[in-house]
Amino acid sequence: MDMSKDLVAASATPLVLAILAEGDSYGYAIIKRVAELSGGHLQWTDGMLYPVLHRLERQGFVAAKWSTSENGRKRKYYRITKEGRAELAAQRQQWKTVDGTLKGIWMQAVTV
Amino acid sequence: MTNLTDQPLEEQITQWREYLRRRQAVHGPDVEELEGHLRDQLTALTESGLTGDEAFLVAVKRMGSLDALSREFARAHSERLWKQLVIASDKTDQPTNTKRNEIIVVVALAIAAGVAVKVPELFGLRLSPNEEVPPFYFRNASLFVFPLLAIYFMWKRGWTAASALWITLPFVLGAVFANVYPWRTVVVGTGPRGSDTQILSILHLPIALWLAVGFAYVRGRWFDDGGRMNFVRFSGELAIYYVLIALGGGVFTGFTAMMFASIGMSPEWFIGPWLIPCGAAGAVIIGSWLVEAKQSVIENMAPVLTRLFTPLFTLLLLAFLATMVWTGNPINVERELLIGFDLLLAVVVGLVLYAASARDPQAPPDFFDGLQLLLVVSALAVDAVALWAIAARISEFGFTPNRVAALGENIILLVNLAWAAWLYARFVRNRGSFVALERWQIAYLPVYAIWAALVVIVFPPLFGFR
Repeated sequence: MDMSKDLVAASATPLVLAILAEGDSYGYAIIKRVAELSGGHLQWTDGMLYPVLHRLERQGFVAAKWSTSENGRKRKYYRITKEGRAELAAQRQQWKTVDGTLKGIWMQAVTV
Repeated sequence: MTNLTDQPLEEQITQWREYLRRRQAVHGPDVEELEGHLRDQLTALTESGLTGDEAFLVAVKRMGSLDALSREFARAHSERLWKQLVIASDKTDQPTNTKRNEIIVVVALAIAAGVAVKVPELFGLRLSPNEEVPPFYFRNASLFVFPLLAIYFMWKRGWTAASALWITLPFVLGAVFANVYPWRTVVVGTGPRGSDTQILSILHLPIALWLAVGFAYVRGRWFDDGGRMNFVRFSGELAIYYVLIALGGGVFTGFTAMMFASIGMSPEWFIGPWLIPCGAAGAVIIGSWLVEAKQSVIENMAPVLTRLFTPLFTLLLLAFLATMVWTGNPINVERELLIGFDLLLAVVVGLVLYAASARDPQAPPDFFDGLQLLLVVSALAVDAVALWAIAARISEFGFTPNRVAALGENIILLVNLAWAAWLYARFVRNRGSFVALERWQIAYLPVYAIWAALVVIVFPPLFGFR
């Protein structure tokens, strides 16, 4: 299924924040988690995740730290901040509203 | 698995990393982060059974196109589109420890320049806010700084002891001829005045010694391609940086005076004899280092100013000529007239030189080249009129050292511009190449220095040290 670019871009922030809310993570693992959660339907171009992460870092929603991974390579780990959790809650509310509205109209269409 | 054992794969990763590194919006740590991702991906793909090549293709494809990626990075970090001098260090290929060494050397040399200015005080030549500055300081102004600048370039470019000895020769000669002559103090009108030939020596010694600095700059390979033009570029940028640093220094000095005055202290003993002379000396070294460090980072300013002022000066010269023809007013020959027109020619030569420094010699002639030709021709016409006026009355004035020096400079600049006009005309009409013009300007550079050296060395005895 091809998703529209705008929808992918819009869903990136809540998705990344939600994954980080599960626990600290790094780019490759986040991508893998997205694929896992969407059953492979949500495919990002891998590189595009990083500008998103950097933007979130600048906005103060995530914090980053370089440390050494289990295989000895340097890796940048991201952690969600308090502001990030607040943002996630706000976005969740917005997505719920959109989801609820769409559900309402589509259920009607089915019953008519 | 830290490194993929596959040797060709490592090479492919290196290549990919180099491509990424060339993107302006993607900085060093980002490259590292993305490379880490690529390696994680490769590990996973090879473990699932792909060969190294296949895994690489898939991983790179999944990463996305570098163009799109760097566009996204630029959007997330818009400040990176402004080239930054200081944080740019992580992009260059130089190992960081030589960078750090360079800063130490530069700061040490700048401090040495500041100290050098204060050394003569040990011999009783005091700088004090209430007294006139001893002429010794003016005579040796360039000698406080230029040798240290030469040392900086020798350190940076790596020199042998023998060539270092050669480079000290002009400075030693400069120091000798600046100080051994028995200058006479002339009493003119209101009071004693330094002798004319001493003032000429003060003005010309820096020009002569700048060539020695240039020699150090090009590593002694004066005739190698590009070296001299790079030195011209360096000189223009240094002048601009020096003015900028001087402006900042002025603000700093103003605050120093204001703040200490507000608590009833007078910092004049510090500003006059310490802050300004030591700062002015050190700023030459710091400015040179900035020009060296930023040459690939920031657009050169001198050619930009050239582009701005070439049309304006052309207009000025044409308007002047037209007005003179229209009104028939003769040039009013005064004492300083010749020097004024010397400076005008020097500005025009500078405009031609810096336009040439930024031009691609292979490009065909364009509108700006025609404008340059017009500028040079009108400057020649204006100077010819001025020289005509002066020549008519030169016997009346007699030959003072100032007048001979000014006349000599006028002729030197005139010869340069006349030949440059000829070469420009050939080039604009597609008869010659721009390279000839560039070569002419570069080959002419030592002429200025040699003339300046003549004024320093020959003029004082020639005119009896008056």
